[in-house]
Amino acid sequence: MKRDDRHPDVSRRKFLAGVAVAGAATAVTPSSANAATEAATPTAAPAPRPSALPPSMHVAAAETSTPKELPRIGGVAGSDFMVDVIKTLDIKYLPANPASSFRAIHESLINYGGNKMPEFLTCAHEESAVAMGHGYFKLTGKPLLTLCHGTVGLQHATMAIYNAWCDRVPVIVMGGNDLDAAHRPPGVPTFHSAQDINAIVRDFTKWDDTPVSLQHFAQSFVRAYKVAMTPPYGPVAISLDAGLQQEPIHENGEKLYIPRYVASSPPQGDTGAVKEAARLLANAQNPVIVADRAARTENGVRLLVQLAEVLQAPVVDQGNRMNFPNTHYLHRPPTVIGNADVVLGLELSDFWATVNSYFDNGEHGIGVNTTRIKPGTKLISINSAELLTKSNYQDFQRFQTVDVSMPADAEATLPALIEAVKAAIPNDRKAAIEKRGEAAKKAFAEGRERAKQAAAVAWDASPISTARLSMELYAQIKDLDWSLVSSSGNVSNWPNRLWPMEKHYHWLGASGGYGVGYGAPASVGAALANRDLGRSSVSIQSDGDLMYAPGVLWTAAKHKIPLLSVMHNNRGYHQEVMHVQRLSNFRNRVANLGGDMGPVGTSIQNPDVEYHKLAESMGWWAKGPIKDPAQLGAALREAVKVVQAGQPALLNVWTQPR
Amino acid sequence: MNVTAMNVTAMNVILSSIRNCAKNLLLVSGLLFASLALAAGSAEKGKTAYVKHGCWQCHGFMGQGAVTGPKLAPNPIPPEAFSAFVRFSAGGMPPYQKAILSDEDLADIHAYLQSQSKAPDYKSIPLLNP
Repeated sequence: MKRDDRHPDVSRRKFLAGVAVAGAATAVTPSSANAATEAATPTAAPAPRPSALPPSMHVAAAETSTPKELPRIGGVAGSDFMVDVIKTLDIKYLPANPASSFRAIHESLINYGGNKMPEFLTCAHEESAVAMGHGYFKLTGKPLLTLCHGTVGLQHATMAIYNAWCDRVPVIVMGGNDLDAAHRPPGVPTFHSAQDINAIVRDFTKWDDTPVSLQHFAQSFVRAYKVAMTPPYGPVAISLDAGLQQEPIHENGEKLYIPRYVASSPPQGDTGAVKEAARLLANAQNPVIVADRAARTENGVRLLVQLAEVLQAPVVDQGNRMNFPNTHYLHRPPTVIGNADVVLGLELSDFWATVNSYFDNGEHGIGVNTTRIKPGTKLISINSAELLTKSNYQDFQRFQTVDVSMPADAEATLPALIEAVKAAIPNDRKAAIEKRGEAAKKAFAEGRERAKQAAAVAWDASPISTARLSMELYAQIKDLDWSLVSSSGNVSNWPNRLWPMEKHYHWLGASGGYGVGYGAPASVGAALANRDLGRSSVSIQSDGDLMYAPGVLWTAAKHKIPLLSVMHNNRGYHQEVMHVQRLSNFRNRVANLGGDMGPVGTSIQNPDVEYHKLAESMGWWAKGPIKDPAQLGAALREAVKVVQAGQPALLNVWTQPR
Repeated sequence: MNVTAMNVTAMNVILSSIRNCAKNLLLVSGLLFASLALAAGSAEKGKTAYVKHGCWQCHGFMGQGAVTGPKLAPNPIPPEAFSAFVRFSAGGMPPYQKAILSDEDLADIHAYLQSQSKAPDYKSIPLLNP
């Protein structure tokens, strides 16, 4: 925003600029220093000269007495109006790390706005703040707002924004910036400003804007909320000019107004395409449904169950949301795709990998691809992600030709598809469909038996097996209204295989972009939502993930967010442990372990991190390291009591690698 | 920034492929891989070799298996098939040639896996029957 120079003598901005310049005056030419000082003081005074003489009464009084009240800006602060705009939308929390570039709106939020709707939550890292919003949304369906320095803060936030982008999650990010280079304070505020701060996140946000007036801000903020909240959801960014925040409102004859937010309806599949998909599914011998981010809400789960039951078709839940109850007999593993003659993919981030397999074991470092489906298998896709693609960062992976392609929201399309399938099922297919269901019940029961028997292997192992870890944990929470808010470490999917997951909040999926460092902050954000909803939050927390930004533990303690965090501490960046071993094998070299268990550069040991002490230092109840499986149950019982009393608790458990 | 965690689907595909490969190798091992027979190994030495060569990374310290690699123990596949698979795997597992894993170490690893006790029946574990 261009500064308003109509009242130069009382400009607080310029006064502050002068203060900042004073410290750096030796670094600039005398004439420029004088000019800055001149502009900064209401009345010009001769520069004091150094003197060895004792001060006179006049000098002593001038240097020690209470200064006159500083000049203030008259009128209503622009940032107060911004708070009015924000309050029209249903934003409950604002997790953020404080920064001078948004000091004006910060002050307005906590003083003028009363620190409610949104409530400021103190974060130790911008990445944590965004990821908290990520986790919170998955439980509530409501976005959070976060503020950051437009440069260094946004740089910290980028990975979490990328995760939100890949996971189709809305987060509203506002970056403070001081656009007016001629008038902004030199020094740090200039290093923390840029012409286009949003450029760094433009490739993985749905929309961004740089409002240059308060009315522009009001429109942009409501638009940002609307864009973010229209499926496919995604993060948005707004550059928040420091001058616009700090200057008083100058209406210039126009009365400021706040646009009314009306939610957009999600895009639904084309009627003709829905009918064709229904015809294929109704006449298939072995239809298979594959869902990834299909169920945006609890209703999405119900709709998917309806469709599966109408067809008696197995459902493969790829797990980026809780799409389908794993206690339902139609819940099946991915291997069922091999028998399919029709595959319906719902919001798949990777249809190619759903119907093809890839082995990282080919010659010259090139992987081997093989198909997983029979020739002639018909493929149907309903995917809103097709409506939103970017040219640089791509998460849609390899191109997969499909027979029916609907760029539409799956959950919004399911009601029409269910009705169309019911109408399309020929009478002579009904008996065969029923028989398919009977076979599925048998296969489901056998699969459960196999999973339980597999869990029993190495049951008493130390370090503790991931199956044992999962089931010890479940035993302590099963009678609570639990929510597994994150499973950032790979524990071989034991909770998804053995815990009864029936409600939408039982499982929230992963990070989206696989950016490590999501688990801890997303868990805290989701636990915040569950706290307000009266549910109990548990997370299985990996060590490498927590090491990125452990300060979020403090945020949880500070804001009294109850969360049971059970560590899957396998003492390594385990995916990389395997990758480097793989490359060593390909090159016929013995992997250099450097005294650790995994190849050099992949272990988190020697020294071992005492995560329980780390958590304790930040206000958590904590215990560990627990290496003996016989001790785990009692420790978990104790931890659950702490969490039930409203505090966060962490158990540091040494585990098997996966 | 590390971008990790192979997706679950890919893991399942690899797991399935390894299982299939292992089954096939088991069937033909008697004829095709007779020359790859392993001498009797030492379970104690095998425990060290199992860790040193990174087998634990995908299969767990007890060979119990995980989403990254199938169960190896108890009851590992016969030594000939085991050797053939480790040397020539073309599936999810990267092969280990003699230059980086000696026949002796391989035999010891097999002995270690064979020494693992049988898993309890899951029905006897209350936590697996909630």
